[in-house]
Amino acid sequence: MIATPGTKLQVTAAGIQTENVCRHYVMGQNLIRAVDGISVRMLGGEFVALLGTSGSGKSSLLNLIAGLDRPTSGAVVVEGRNLAKLSRAELAKHRLYTVGMVFQSFNLIPNMTVLENVELPLRFAEVERARRDSLAREVLDRVGLSNRLQHRPSELSGGEQQRTALARALINRPKLLLADEPTGNLDSRTGTEIMNLIRECNEDLRMTVVMVTHERALAEQYAQRLVFLADGKLVNDQPNDQNLTSTTAQGGGSREGV
Amino acid sequence: MKVYDLAELAIRNLRESVLRNTLTTVGISVGVASLVAMLSLGIGLQQMATRRLVKSGLFDTIVVTSRRDLRNFNRDEEQNGPAPAESPALDEPSRQKIEQLANVTEAFPDLRFITSFTYETKPHLTMVAGIPASYRTNDAFEGMQGTFFSSDNSDEAILQKTFAAELLGKTAKPGSDDVAVAELAKPLLGKELTMRYAERMPSGESAAREESTSQGNATPDTTSYSIASRERKLRIVGVTDLDPDSMRGPVRARVLLPLKLVQSLHVVQPTALRDTTQAGSKVPTYSTVTVRVKDPGKIQQVEDTVRKMGFNTFSMLDATRSLRRFFAILDLFLGIFGSLALAVASIGIVNTLVMAILERRREIGIMKAIGASDADVKKLFFAEAGVMGAFGGALGVALGWMIGRLINIGTNIYLKRQDLAPEQIWFVPWWLVGSAIVFAIVVSLMSGLYPAARAARLEPVQALRYE
Repeated sequence: MIATPGTKLQVTAAGIQTENVCRHYVMGQNLIRAVDGISVRMLGGEFVALLGTSGSGKSSLLNLIAGLDRPTSGAVVVEGRNLAKLSRAELAKHRLYTVGMVFQSFNLIPNMTVLENVELPLRFAEVERARRDSLAREVLDRVGLSNRLQHRPSELSGGEQQRTALARALINRPKLLLADEPTGNLDSRTGTEIMNLIRECNEDLRMTVVMVTHERALAEQYAQRLVFLADGKLVNDQPNDQNLTSTTAQGGGSREGV
Repeated sequence: MKVYDLAELAIRNLRESVLRNTLTTVGISVGVASLVAMLSLGIGLQQMATRRLVKSGLFDTIVVTSRRDLRNFNRDEEQNGPAPAESPALDEPSRQKIEQLANVTEAFPDLRFITSFTYETKPHLTMVAGIPASYRTNDAFEGMQGTFFSSDNSDEAILQKTFAAELLGKTAKPGSDDVAVAELAKPLLGKELTMRYAERMPSGESAAREESTSQGNATPDTTSYSIASRERKLRIVGVTDLDPDSMRGPVRARVLLPLKLVQSLHVVQPTALRDTTQAGSKVPTYSTVTVRVKDPGKIQQVEDTVRKMGFNTFSMLDATRSLRRFFAILDLFLGIFGSLALAVASIGIVNTLVMAILERRREIGIMKAIGASDADVKKLFFAEAGVMGAFGGALGVALGWMIGRLINIGTNIYLKRQDLAPEQIWFVPWWLVGSAIVFAIVVSLMSGLYPAARAARLEPVQALRYE
């Protein structure tokens, strides 16, 4: 349901817009308001960080945008489509084609090799085997894993696993990259490598990036906009002046001083 | 997802927990094996029974008699149809006509007469019958000493064992007729036997004219014929273990001769005296014609046709019908018992797949997060059930085949100990192999229905949260 009557949703082509979106859970006797009436708009090509303490609802909001979960009320409009109104099959298509997702715990399938993990979304998209293989190699080359194709996740370092996950998120060339604490399980050096790759996606591939983190420093270093949540509510939405100059230079200018 | 992708992923997933999936597959295969073993036993027994019955010549045989033969006129079934006097004679042209009918293998006359034999100067009186060449494979001649007739009109004789004993002067004590056939045959095989018989001859030219005249009271000449006493030397080629009082029509005699030989002898038949209107005819008339049908299932059809021609018929059709019903019920029950094991195995599949869902909850969540639809997940679990079913089915057929073989070998060892001929009591037809595997796959897919639906319903967020 689109939230407030009268307010027309302004839908941007490659953007995200939530309108009074709520996600409530019932746990025993308690009602948990993980997301409680958030209205926020993110532009196509923007790099947004969702910040907050644990339990603030930032991951829940990300899951709603990813189509992994449905709002209790309100609207989540991505690419001009209200996810709350989509069928299960359409939501699966949204996850397959529109969104690429990276998790803190990597979420690779343990009994598959790096190459197989990365090409798995292409299986769901019914892409021919040969094409699948070449696309997966290409994207793995991009994240610097072309020498690890036949390894299983357990044989990789944390950074390599996250790069595999990133490659998998990118394989279907989504417009939206969603990252849930992508460096949470990594040391700072590997974390930086991953963050640089994510920034490349934003700058070179013009992908909209929404990253959940609780590290303010990380957010300030990479994001163009900081959205603060607490108790499921939006408490602050501010541009990050540090990175804003480069946003205006949409041609993908250099980033000195970062 | 594409079919080969599904199959690949399914097999990969099954390999992940090898022990559990192997045990489940073995469970299915035991179910299929019991089904295959039971059904192949039923089919084998049915085939054995059919084979024995066909060999006995009882169940593919129709006995045709003329309605003119009034000895049994009061039988109900024979009250219908044309009046005896209007019905055709059961003569050679009729026999040929019957033989031309569809599904008829052969139609031969039942020629028998009582006459005397001389063996080593001593006379013996007994019943003689003509046997067609096709009886070579009849089970009446199983366990016979010597050989069957070398040709259909050779001067050869096969003796029934009691007659052989009589020739040798060994009168079997009543009740204990356990004289070994081999013992009787040894001194007799290859020996000569002289048969004395009465040949029927047309008297003068009058018989030649008779053919064109109609039935009924003709000139006295047509009913006249003369009889000449003849002798024929026969070589004894075999001694059978056969019971002369058995129901096997043509074999019911103590001396058996090749049919063509008997026909060429023109021995006076009892019918010649009974039906004097035909007596002068040159065309042979028979009291009984035995019709053999290609397949016991066609008996009814042939019998109806022959009845329409105006003859009386008799067959063991009812017996085969009830036999077939018995085997249909036997197969059904064997199938049900066999399927019970498969039903138990299908619960094993449900259990394995439900366990797999619990174990792979997170994996399902990941797949959904990166774009798998409900249908993809459902198909994947379905494919896993199907692959287990296919493997289990194939393994089960092999296992069932081996069990059946072992039962067969065991039975034959037992039969051998009992001094009986070996039998094939078990048979696995190709359709059973195919349908057992298909059945296993179908049962497995049905078992996969619930787990697959459950896996598909998982919400990605909840599945991902699961550690």
